[in-house]
Amino acid sequence: MLEKGFLGGRKYWIWMACLLLFMGAGFISWLFQFREGLGITGMSRDISWGVYIANFTFLVGVAAAAVMVVLPYYVHHYKAFGRITILAEFLGVAAVTMCLLFILVDLGNPVRALNVILHPTPNSILFWDMVVLNGYLFLNIFIGWNVLTAERKGSPPPGWLKPFIYLSIPWAISIHTVTAFLYAGLPGRHFWLTAIMAARFLSSAFAAGPAMLILFCFIVRKTTKFNPGNEQIRTLSGIVTYAMILNVFFFLLECFTAFYSNIPGHMHTIVYLFRGLHGHTGLVPWMWVSAFFAVVSLVLLIVPAARRADDVLAVACVSVFIACWIDKGVGLVIGGFIPNPLEHITEYVATVPEVLITLGVWATGFFILSFLYKIAITVKEELRA
Amino acid sequence: MGVNRRKFLKIAGISTLGVAAKPAADALAIEWLDKKLGGFTVSETLLHMFHKPTGFKPGEALTAERWAMVVNVKNCPEGCNACREACHRVHNVPDIENPKHEIKWIWHEEYEHTFPGQQHEHIEEHLKETPFVVLCNHCFNPPCVRVCPTKATFKRKTDGIVMMDMHRCIGCRFCMAACPYGSRSFNWKDPRPFIKEQNPEFPTRTKGVVEKCNFCAERLAKGQIPACVEACQEATKKKGREPALVFGDLEDPDSEVRQLLRSHYTVRRKPELGTNPNVYYIV
Repeated sequence: MLEKGFLGGRKYWIWMACLLLFMGAGFISWLFQFREGLGITGMSRDISWGVYIANFTFLVGVAAAAVMVVLPYYVHHYKAFGRITILAEFLGVAAVTMCLLFILVDLGNPVRALNVILHPTPNSILFWDMVVLNGYLFLNIFIGWNVLTAERKGSPPPGWLKPFIYLSIPWAISIHTVTAFLYAGLPGRHFWLTAIMAARFLSSAFAAGPAMLILFCFIVRKTTKFNPGNEQIRTLSGIVTYAMILNVFFFLLECFTAFYSNIPGHMHTIVYLFRGLHGHTGLVPWMWVSAFFAVVSLVLLIVPAARRADDVLAVACVSVFIACWIDKGVGLVIGGFIPNPLEHITEYVATVPEVLITLGVWATGFFILSFLYKIAITVKEELRA
Repeated sequence: MGVNRRKFLKIAGISTLGVAAKPAADALAIEWLDKKLGGFTVSETLLHMFHKPTGFKPGEALTAERWAMVVNVKNCPEGCNACREACHRVHNVPDIENPKHEIKWIWHEEYEHTFPGQQHEHIEEHLKETPFVVLCNHCFNPPCVRVCPTKATFKRKTDGIVMMDMHRCIGCRFCMAACPYGSRSFNWKDPRPFIKEQNPEFPTRTKGVVEKCNFCAERLAKGQIPACVEACQEATKKKGREPALVFGDLEDPDSEVRQLLRSHYTVRRKPELGTNPNVYYIV
């Protein structure tokens, strides 16, 4: 079955070559970082995590979103989603791979990465994050591959696969909950120290992940003979709508607690993000762009007539993606470090090599995704023929 | 130190092994392995495995159940930087000017940054100008230790010092996110070119690891008080003052720190977080 990933037309290979170009540029930049140290990035003593961990956090959500397709299909027997579970699972594979790569490029000592396994430390959330992310990667490859193999033979997935599928549902929730716990259990980081963090993470994940999936469905429909289906896309758009409403609602809850209680530590970061603090306004434009797209997406999603038009839905999904990526990546991760524990303000701007490495990881993810989608869709096209 | 025949043979034997290992290693062209061993050669590493570190004299070490420090802020002479200079010299802390890449184990902060939230506009004049010495608090419940995924940072059971194993640290910087006091620094680049004069008694670090104050664990093992405390005693004596930094065993009711805590009103940084810092301030 693997060979189908290599049987593409001209456009497929041009696309893959472009991705390889970005991967190459990213890899060379990473070699430079490996030699010089993380000082080539925009990170600092005060902002010790930057765009790598921001993207990692965002992509854990995208990976977890596969559950929004798997759960209705396997638990509620919503048959329509049977057509696209494989697309969701393979998106999960690509997203988790990117997560692991983002962690790797963020390490000061990547050659020692295995210390996390050699010296397992159950009191560290990062240890558990390693466990759940690798487990989720395995589950999605294993389930996706077996389901596709069965589909190719024209038979239902084997019965022994069911326990793995059911396990993958809480597992998907766990990867994003554990990732939220990386932040939500740290004393002295007021912006992160909130019980609603995991809920916020999940809601933004279930908005951004299925939004990406809808966009991929549109692309698949346009570029291949396989149609993921109108009903499938409609149902997904409903999921995105509810999740995005919850996501914005949860953020407003944070604002209420911070500003009604009037506790300075709880307000500082939010003020910094949306208005600037002591003359430092580096992230303000970003956050207003995020807010703008959040509002645009909500309007387009909530109005039924708008949501049902494919073009409008595509715009809404891109808006959700931009809003969530900025909110969770830029705002949440970097904002959490401002002001620092001594209430000094240092700002952060990513450097060119840092951006190239980031693009390289994204390109790797898209490379894996394109390869896996090529296999899955070729199988589906052959079945139809 | 008397070297008897048995000990001499042992050292000689190991040294020979080490000397023999070096050409063997070179012959195999495994330079990368040397690098993996933290800048030591294979032969050096073999020697270290069988050899006690130089200068370690059991019986003479300073020990405590729980080391603590009291900072008597008013005794700090104006413009004095002796504690920082001594600490950074002894521990090969690089002098990097770029504040983004700066590494510091002990330094001075203003009152409002040492105790954020405690400041108000009508505060005592002297508090506005007095520099507050800040360093790792060697918390009784250290969040950095809780989050470290490799136990590269750990709390020493015997005396509560929060320590770093620079050879195990993977550089994930979770500890920096967790520390509520900003006490940790990361080596964003190779620190060695920024060390003016290397102290051969203490290891230098590589890029990509986190470091911080270790309450001079290596000096305590040799029976010496922390470098900052020693430097402070000298600097304050010149000014005819009592030392600003006092170090001792918190579990010993007769220790100097306990006497100070008994007789003065003291505060700690962010006590509401439950970290239980072991550095106290007399304001």
